[in-house]
Order: sequence, then C-alpha cells, then structure tokens
Amino acid sequence: MKLLKNAAGRMVPDQVNGREQIPYKGVGKYIPDANRHAPRIASCANYPANGDKRLKDLKAALEKSGLRDGMTISTHHHFRNGDLLANQVFDIAHEMGVKDLTWFPSASFPCHEHLVQYLEDGTIHHIEGSMNGPLGQYVSEGRMNGTGVLRSHGGRYQAVQDGEVQIDIAVIGSPTADPFGNANGLSGDSACGLLGFALADSQYADQVIVATDNLVEFPCIPWQIQGNYVDHVVEVERLGDPGQIVSGTTRITRSPDRLMLAELTARFCDAAGIIRDGFSFQSGAGGTSLAVGEYFRQIMQEKKIRARFARGGSNQYLVSMLEEGLVDYILDGQTFDLDGVRSMAENPNHVWTSPFTSYNYHSKGNFAGMVDVVILGATEVDTSFNANVVTHSDGSLLHGIGGWQNCLFSKTVILPIPLFRDRIPVVKDRVTTLCGPGELIDVIVTERGIAINPLRKDLVEATRDSGLPIKTIEELKSEAERICGVPRSAEFEDEVVAVIKWVDGTIIDAVRKVRQE
Amino acid sequence: MAGNTGDKVRSDCRIKLTLAEKGGIVINMESKVTVMYGEANLQLVREIMEFFGIHHATIDIEDSGALPHVLAARLEVCIKKISNTRKEYLLPISRGEIVGGEPGRFRRSRLYLPGNTPAMMINAGIHQSDGIILDLEDSVAAERKDEARILVRNALRNIDFFGAERMVRINQLPLGLEDTAILAPHGVELILIPKCEEDWQVHEVEKVVSSTLEKTGPDQQIFFMPIIESALGVENAFRIASASKNVVAMAIGLEDLCADLGVARTAGGKESFFARTRIVNACKAAGIQPIDSVFSDVTNMEALLENVKKSAALGFEGMGCIHPGQIRVIHQGFRPGEPEVEKALKILEAYREARKNGLGVVSLGSKMIDAPVVARAEQTLQLARKYRLIK
Repeated sequence: MKLLKNAAGRMVPDQVNGREQIPYKGVGKYIPDANRHAPRIASCANYPANGDKRLKDLKAALEKSGLRDGMTISTHHHFRNGDLLANQVFDIAHEMGVKDLTWFPSASFPCHEHLVQYLEDGTIHHIEGSMNGPLGQYVSEGRMNGTGVLRSHGGRYQAVQDGEVQIDIAVIGSPTADPFGNANGLSGDSACGLLGFALADSQYADQVIVATDNLVEFPCIPWQIQGNYVDHVVEVERLGDPGQIVSGTTRITRSPDRLMLAELTARFCDAAGIIRDGFSFQSGAGGTSLAVGEYFRQIMQEKKIRARFARGGSNQYLVSMLEEGLVDYILDGQTFDLDGVRSMAENPNHVWTSPFTSYNYHSKGNFAGMVDVVILGATEVDTSFNANVVTHSDGSLLHGIGGWQNCLFSKTVILPIPLFRDRIPVVKDRVTTLCGPGELIDVIVTERGIAINPLRKDLVEATRDSGLPIKTIEELKSEAERICGVPRSAEFEDEVVAVIKWVDGTIIDAVRKVRQE
Repeated sequence: MAGNTGDKVRSDCRIKLTLAEKGGIVINMESKVTVMYGEANLQLVREIMEFFGIHHATIDIEDSGALPHVLAARLEVCIKKISNTRKEYLLPISRGEIVGGEPGRFRRSRLYLPGNTPAMMINAGIHQSDGIILDLEDSVAAERKDEARILVRNALRNIDFFGAERMVRINQLPLGLEDTAILAPHGVELILIPKCEEDWQVHEVEKVVSSTLEKTGPDQQIFFMPIIESALGVENAFRIASASKNVVAMAIGLEDLCADLGVARTAGGKESFFARTRIVNACKAAGIQPIDSVFSDVTNMEALLENVKKSAALGFEGMGCIHPGQIRVIHQGFRPGEPEVEKALKILEAYREARKNGLGVVSLGSKMIDAPVVARAEQTLQLARKYRLIK
C-alpha cells in the first residue's frame, strides 16, 4: 500500500482492503468509462410459481442465501437507533461460525454497539458505512481488522452501481411486506415511512431477504421494494423499537444560542434573496435545522409565498408546512417522526425518494443540485471553508456522512454551527478530516458572525447592507481562539483506520489511528 | 471541592483538592478537551498552585470544557476553603470594553444569569440585552456563595458581554458587603441591592465601594439599583431612590413583595398596583429610572408583551429577563409608537422655533408647551433614536 496525495492535498492510500483506489481528483473531475455492474441473471423458474417465498426464519433465509466466509452483507438504517435486525443477522452468522464478513449498512447507530464483539472475534472483518458512537471509537483506536470505508448515501448507491461493492446478501427490514417480497415502510408496528436506502441493494444484491414483522396478503401496496427482486421472505417477531425508530430527536431546539443561529440563517437567506416564491430548500432533522425551517415559515407567511418543494428528512414541522400550503411537495429521503410517516401514507404530494433520484453520481442527473438552499451541520470547518462531519477535533470517528456530501451540490450551502462547543472551537486552520471541499460550502453562520465564502461574490454583494454581522472566516476563527485558547491538534499514528469517499467513489481523505496516551 | 459535574453540566469543572505533606503536585484530570487543552490546563493548575505557594497536593479535576477563568475560579475556591489566604489569582483582563459612566443609559432589559453556572454566561452578550446581571443572591445555593463570588469576579474580567452593562446582584446585607468588596475592582458597572428597605443600606454598599476603589485604584464609577421587595421598602421608596447620586435606577421585585403583603401575585397585578405606581413616582421624583419586575412565564411571549406595554404605560423604563428569548419582546414593548414620536418631533421643532424668535411662551396648535413637556419629548426622541425610528 502506498500513500498518494490527492487533489485536496490529503495523503490517501492507493489500496483499501486489498482493492485499488482512486485518489480524489476534484469536484466533477472523475468520469469513469465502464459499464454498470450487473447482478446475476435470475430465472423465475427457480422461484415458487405461487409467489410464496416465505422461509421459516432469518437463519433459514441466510443459510439458503449461502452465507459463508468473506461475504458482504448489507442492512439499512430505516429503524435508526431502534434497529433490531442487523444485530440478529450477525448473531446468526456468529452462531454458524462464519468469519470475515463485510458489513455494508446504509448507516450505523449506537444500538449496533452489540456488533463490537463480532469485530473482535472475526465474524465481521470490517464495516463499509457510517461508524457512529461506540463503533467509531472502536475503529479510531485501530482495533478493526480491515479498513473502514465511509460513503455518503449517494456514494453508497454509486459504489453498488459501479460494482465497487458487490453485495452478496441484502437483508431488508420491511415494516410491511407480502409473501412475494413486495414491501413498504408505511404501516405496521415498525413503520418508518420509506425504504429508499434499500433500493440499490434490492436491485443489485446477489441474494435479497425481506424480513418483516407485519406480513400481509399479496399484494402489499404500495411496493416501495419490488418483490420481483426478492429471493426470500421471513417473518420476525420485531424489527425495531418504535420509540427509537421515530425518536424524540426531532424537536426544535430551545437553546437561545441555537435559536439565534437559526434565526440568523433564515435572515441571511432572506437578505440574499433566496426565499422567494417557488424556491426549494432542504434542512436536516437536528434541532437547529428544524428551527431554521420554522423561521422560513414565518418569512414565507409574511411574504405570502410558497416553496415549490422541500427535500426531507420529513418531520412534523415540514408536514405542517405541506398541509398549510406553504410547500407544494415534500421529496422525502427519510421520515423522522410519526407525522412524517402518516403524511407520506396519506398525501400524494409527500413523495418518497431514494438516493438514486436524489444523490446518485451515476444517475443522469439528480435532485441535489436543483435545491436552492440546504442547511447542514458540521463538526469542524476551516478557513478555506472545508468541512468535516465524521471526526471530532480529538480525532475520533463519531458520525456518518449521510446525505451531507451529496447536499453540497445545492445552489447555496449554509452551515449554521456554534463558534465553539464546550471550549472546542469549530473553525480551525485545517479540518481534522476533509469530507466536503470548501468550494462547495458557501456560508458559515455562527452566533457571533456570518462568514461568506469569497467565491460567492453574489452573496457577498446581496447581503452587504443587510445589517447582518458579516465577518471573515479568519475573524471568526480568532474570536473562537480568543475565548477558548488556541487548541492543540490531535495526534495520530500512521495507520489508516478508515477512508472517506467522495461522492464519485474517489478517496478524499483518510482517518488515522488516534494516538493513545 | 468546588464546581459542578454531571451529564448536563457544560463548560464547567469540579475540582477536589487534598493537601499533602510531600510528593509534589499530583493532578488527575479527566477532560472532554484533553487533546486540545489538556496541556494548557495542567500548566494553569500548576501556575495557580505556585501562586498560592502550595507545593504538595493532589488535585482531581473532572472537566467538561471549562474555560480558563472557570478552572481558575474553581481551583482558587478549593484553596481558600483549606487555607486562609486573601490572595487572588487573576487572569489578565480579556473582556470587552466597559461602557460605564452613563447614569442615564438605557436599562430596558437586564438578563439574570445564575452566578454559579458558567455555561450560561459565555454567550449571554450575544442576545443584546441592555444589561447582564450576574446573580449571587437567589439563584445561588447558600453553600455555594463563595464559589459563585469568585466565578463572577473572573467572569467580569474575562467575558465579553458586547457592551451590555455589567451588573451584579449581591446578596442581602451583610453578606452583600463582602460580595461588593471582592467584586468592585473588577469591572462591575452597576450593583443591584436586593431587599432594600432603608436608605442606609445603599450608604453601606456605597461606603464599601468607595473604600475598595480607593485602595485598588480603578478610576470608575459604580452605580446602584436598589430592589424594593417589601412593604417597608415601598414606604421608603423615595428616600432610597434619592439616597445617593449613584442610585440610577430602582427596581421592584414582585414575588417577595407579594409574599410580604400576604397576597397572591396575579397576571393582572392589581394587588401590587399601589407599590408599582409608588416606585414609579419615587423614581421620577428622584430623577432615576423605575424598573419593573421579571415576568416568569418564559414560554408565553404574547402575555409578556402585554405585560411590558402595561408596565411602560405606568412609567416603568425597563424590566428584568430570566430568558434571552424575552429580551426582544421587552424591547418591542418599550418601543415608542409612531404618533408619539411624531408629536415629540413637532414639540421640539416648535420649541426651537420659539427660542429662535425669543418667545417665552411656546405653543403647538392651541396647547401650551412648557419645560416638562419638552423634556418628555426629548426622552421619547432619545428612545426613538435607540430604536432607529429617527436619525
């Protein structure tokens, strides 16, 4: 393995888990010339003529799928921190004595701490997906056998389409399904809204297992996952913990500082002329992002205008804007609460999407670039407007990328972030891990000032006389350091524990093992 | 032991100090920010121990992102609990400018911050209240008074409140006199004197201020805002309001007052009507600002606005806030109406015109304009300028 310097100046490995890699070449610079990866041809003669693909349990389905050493197993994060399925899959693999699996989740959550034991005993070789909380800590300490690979939601679809990741068995947790394998997330005890993150897996995996805790007679309508892609159907007692699936995280912040961030963000958008009739926006499910949405609502009501569409993560607040006619359509990637689930089931203008439509690099265009403004978070930014979402300033891997990288292609990207969090400055000279290049990040809003990327002369011009506290990014950095002190950077070993993929599959940065005292 | 720790505690630390006979300074620190500031924190702790001349001790620190002035305050308290030192470990001043020296500056909103909760202080200034009160009285438990006093001292020196008037609510006398002696040299601009009932209480605080400032030297004026919170205080309102030229405002505290009157505090406020108008009257007679009590429902902004408007109509010129979200509503409530501003402009124009023409009697339409009417108009315009309604 060699280290190469990529176009962002970061040293990245030319091989990961034995596979050759391409260093990041710049935004929009990597155009592969090849055919899409194709899964094996299926023949319906091999499947029950009556359409009943049920097997007795998950273990039977995994056995029938030929689970063996070295396979790549995918699962999905529709149940978020309430997911009970991924852990069961690897319990069975462990019981069967299978080793060296690659886990390819669309995201992981603290509930997957259970899997640390299987990383330890070799059942799982490595993870390709977000590594949150305890798993992130484990990887950062250099304890995982293989190298972690972090991708965006769009990048995951891209990797499946171009064959970089070949899924042997996809296990799709489905809140409602029929014996043929048609499935949706709209009803049942584990209702989560949609199953978009499993779409690529259903189409490209060698073996597809639909697991449900709410089996209905054929046909399961609507079929978000088409049974024609599905090999086996199993019933399980519970897929998830409903309280955690649509968890209480989607509440507007009550912190006065965060509310101020949100208000400044909305005022900036207004001053810049972004909030106009027929505009579009996307804002996350964090407390500050939700508050931005609420300030948008106030401005839209005052101006008597409406948005053509909003991209979800949907939640009660966005749903109420749809229902009040402030938003024509919600194009939803995941639902964060029960109002989102209900609205998606009832309202034809609340549309489920997938990373294919929204984010995929190998699609003939996608929605991300069509959004007027997107509000995102970050753990760190630097004076070149580069941003980090996966590691903390102490170097440990704690978050996934999600759709974050993909959303950077929106027309205006705004990051409202506190200038410092418990003495940890957010603006630095150089981000610990590069996840998004500064040329795509337009505005940093902090409670102590707003910095506009000098590349966006139009925004600088539009907000010049707005009365908003516009500062340079360097001014923000020195203010943080005046208050907190100049932080020492984290120290790392040479060992690469994970790589960060850019949306096109190239490597934008590598995460190194944290140096232990 | 000093400071706070726990899941919800931020930007604070808890320190336990145990003296030893030998073995030097042993520091066990658990911190969220070890990578970034671990070394800096250790150096600060060693420097403080050296400053107080302690050479053998074990110091256990649980840190949740305390800024240096917080860490220093916590450690100093630990040291003062086990030794008799009067020395003070002071970090170099790094606060924003002290505006000070303006008795008549606006005091529409003053934000109360609990004096022993560092996390709430750091960003308090960004919400742009006219004043910020670091509270040593009701929001601090009796056994934490020493701790809070040192923390507040350091906060006064090291936090930028973006031009908000730096206020401290001291404890009731006599404890409040100790607070005053410690804090006076460190940039406090106004002292709130709670449960004020007699003018001598103002004099006592003033004596401590002058003798402390004489000794330590900063050339600075410290103003007073007595808080009237009892029936006796209401009766003595004018004497208190005019007790010193440094009394620039006087506030009413309705919770305690209602308790003293033996009545329930209602939204309508009928029960305190006399007290409130009495305070306003006393303040106006003494030429200072009357300031209303806090509004305790922090979620109901509509009721707050209504309350502020009523308060402004009675003659109050400011109100306390217990949540930053209240600040803007209070400012909105004290904002003069357009007709009022226009009328004031006309009055002043007529007044200037008359002066120019050497007329003794000024009139606008059929109404006579005398000096108080002019003064009132000037006040309105000053307020209007603050709100940028006029230039």
